[in-house]
Amino acid sequence: MKARIKFRKYGIMRFIGHLDVMRYFQKAMRRADIPIAFTGGYSPHMIMSFAQPLGIGITSDGEYLDIELTESISSEAAVGRLNQVMAEGIDVVSFVQISEDKKESGMTIVAAADYEVTLLLSAKSMEETVPVPEEWKEKLAAFLEKTELKVLKKTKRSEKEVNIRPMIQEMELTEAGIRMFLSAGSEENLKPDLVMETFLKDMGLPAEKYPFHIHRRDIYAKTPQGGYLPLEDLGTLVP
Amino acid sequence: MRKLALNDEILLKIEKPARYIGGEVNSVMKDKEQVDIRFAMCFPDVYEIGMSHLGIQILYDMFNRRDDVWCERVYSPWTDLDKVMREEKIPLFALESQDPVREFDFLGITIQYEMCYTNILQVLDLSGIPLDAEERTWEDPIVIGGGPCTYNPEPLAEFFDLFYIGEGETVYDRLFDVYKEVRARGGSRQEFLEAAAEIEGIYVPSFYETTYHEDGTIRSFDPVNPHAKPVVHKQVVMEMQDTTYPEKPVVPFIKVTQDRVVMEIMRGCIRGCRFCQAGMLYRPTRERDVEVLKDYAYKMLRNTGHEEISLSSLSSSDYSELKELVMFLIEEFKDKGINISLPSLRIDAFSLDVMGKVQDIRKSSLTFAPEAGSQRMRNVINKGLTEEMILDGAGQAFEGGWNKVKLYFMLGLPTETEEDMRAIPELADKIARRYYEIPKDQRNGKCQVTTSTSFFIPKPFTPFQWAKMYTNEEYIGKAAVVKRGFQDQLNRKSLKYHWHDAEVTVLEGVMARGDRKVGRVIREAYRLGCLYDSWSDLFDNDKWMQAFENTGIDIGFYNLRERSLDEVFPWDFIDIGVTKSFLKREWERAMKGEVTPNCRMQCSGCGVAKWKGGVCVEGKN
Repeated sequence: MKARIKFRKYGIMRFIGHLDVMRYFQKAMRRADIPIAFTGGYSPHMIMSFAQPLGIGITSDGEYLDIELTESISSEAAVGRLNQVMAEGIDVVSFVQISEDKKESGMTIVAAADYEVTLLLSAKSMEETVPVPEEWKEKLAAFLEKTELKVLKKTKRSEKEVNIRPMIQEMELTEAGIRMFLSAGSEENLKPDLVMETFLKDMGLPAEKYPFHIHRRDIYAKTPQGGYLPLEDLGTLVP
Repeated sequence: MRKLALNDEILLKIEKPARYIGGEVNSVMKDKEQVDIRFAMCFPDVYEIGMSHLGIQILYDMFNRRDDVWCERVYSPWTDLDKVMREEKIPLFALESQDPVREFDFLGITIQYEMCYTNILQVLDLSGIPLDAEERTWEDPIVIGGGPCTYNPEPLAEFFDLFYIGEGETVYDRLFDVYKEVRARGGSRQEFLEAAAEIEGIYVPSFYETTYHEDGTIRSFDPVNPHAKPVVHKQVVMEMQDTTYPEKPVVPFIKVTQDRVVMEIMRGCIRGCRFCQAGMLYRPTRERDVEVLKDYAYKMLRNTGHEEISLSSLSSSDYSELKELVMFLIEEFKDKGINISLPSLRIDAFSLDVMGKVQDIRKSSLTFAPEAGSQRMRNVINKGLTEEMILDGAGQAFEGGWNKVKLYFMLGLPTETEEDMRAIPELADKIARRYYEIPKDQRNGKCQVTTSTSFFIPKPFTPFQWAKMYTNEEYIGKAAVVKRGFQDQLNRKSLKYHWHDAEVTVLEGVMARGDRKVGRVIREAYRLGCLYDSWSDLFDNDKWMQAFENTGIDIGFYNLRERSLDEVFPWDFIDIGVTKSFLKREWERAMKGEVTPNCRMQCSGCGVAKWKGGVCVEGKN
């Protein structure tokens, strides 16, 4: 059986990088005695994959990992057992059964992610936020008006110029800050910090004067109809 | 939620912020208002090293079992954060509460190797605690040192209020009770130190004075406070079943050096190698009960979620229930994806069988530590390993499918000749020859014999504590002899050779057998910017040499003399149970190349039998 776990990452856990979160969950599975399946071979490892890495410093209400199980376990028991062994800063939100089809795994179906960016009084703390300046509303409209937003995107190997505009699905000012709905996944992936940098540059504002915090709200898959669904909605609760 | 000592901007700028945030699974949180004693337990090196140390885990667990004590952890900030903390005047803090170390009642520092001494000063300095114990007030914690280097605490004497000599399980409770009593009645710091000096195993360095002969050696070392005793007795636990063990070790968020469950199966070693300090300090050999260990294995794996378990001891092959324990671990955990790691096993039929079960033979290598190349030299150091045993073991391993061997040796041992040095590559070559004796169609490609040499450093409380060391240039010369020797070997293409740094060896030698005067060099080296000296990329020998020059301390005095048998050593006031007369006897036997049998074969009367426990009473009750 395959299952999808949704979790929140907050507090001090935002300083733990993606690879260490993977290690953390491997150990957590053992502590919670989840009947997880292993690969074969001389050094077997747990069958576990994360939907989308989360950068250091970012908090999230919607992170996902898919696992394979050797026997069924109820959603309630799994969530309960996992939460008993969590460190402060990671909470398991849900546990659902998902399709056995490899093409349906979290990693392959990710299409978009929803973010909330808050402006901070200082980079020293994410606790003290400041409201988004009134005039940004118009500037954002003008920003989104453009059909091309060319940005130099750096990867580990190369640098290339890409147009990020098509990857910004939605972007709006909210009471808390700026909400962004961005393309994500293996085909097209846009990071919110790059959007913020581009937006600030577009407004002619110095990035260092506007420290911000990023919070991921959820990760989405595309439905055959063209809409978006949070990854957890593609699974079913295990009674 | 806990407030972190470092702000987000700093944490996102430095390497591995997880080193400084605490909050790990199984870390202990308490209400600071509800405890009487706050103890900051420090390993003066980076988090990944410090978190891997078993001793601290044992004490952390033991202290936190007391309701009136909250023990937290402290490590050396890495150089990036060190710089930020100095610039922004951020005091060093403990991981759990994130409170400044200076607010604590105790700062306990474990001193595991000599090259961490400048890091100790860093920890004190960043905490805002005066480096000089004499300048401290009740505004500062009591700074107490423990661990193997405290068996010669003198180079560090001026920086510590107390040293705990021996195993932590015995008198910490009494020390805490005395502390509470003195604080409750509003006693002075001096009164506390005096009361602590009355506890067996506690050494208060400020209560002693040293006088020197004209040649720099010690004339006398005496207590100058009526509460201090002339001899400090090492603390030792005789009943291992009475000790506690951390069933819920802290699980780091980041990968640390020992990212696994570690089970201590035994303390001490029966072997009596004459260069080995641990083998003398931790006598007598005491085993933990195998049934208790099985239970610990279950609990610790369950409570941590680690995917590996390892056994810890000085010589696991001498643990009498090893077979039982290892078979149990394999049967219980192998199928659950748990790796079983077995360090320090002697290579024999049993260990090869077990290793074949727990590791991938093609990828793993076998380790031998002959320590010396020639049989004569091995007899001098009392390493009871013959060439025949090594070649037999290697042969069996090669036939079992292994083709990688690692060999460890020491250079600069007492009485060493060029012939002894050349015997190292010769032995490596004989092992390779043994491999190529196997018919070609039955072997697994070429073999790889990797030889490493380190330079021998005489340590206190060993039969070699009288031995002389060499200069940097002489050490390099010795390594060159070995290197040339390798070039002459038939199978040189299958042999690799590495040698350790000589500069660090020289320094470690001074620290290991130094007296109180050496404290000045450590302080000066730290002032000049030395830090993380055990990290080869950060070690700066020029600064250390400058520190010796600035303080007028002569390296030759500490390293290049063979000490006379009647010389008073800085560590003579400590009684480790093993007598000086036994060590002298062993030194003399070494000079004659005479081997001394191990504790199970025959008691050699080292002195620890007075405690009537462990291997000394095995088979006698």
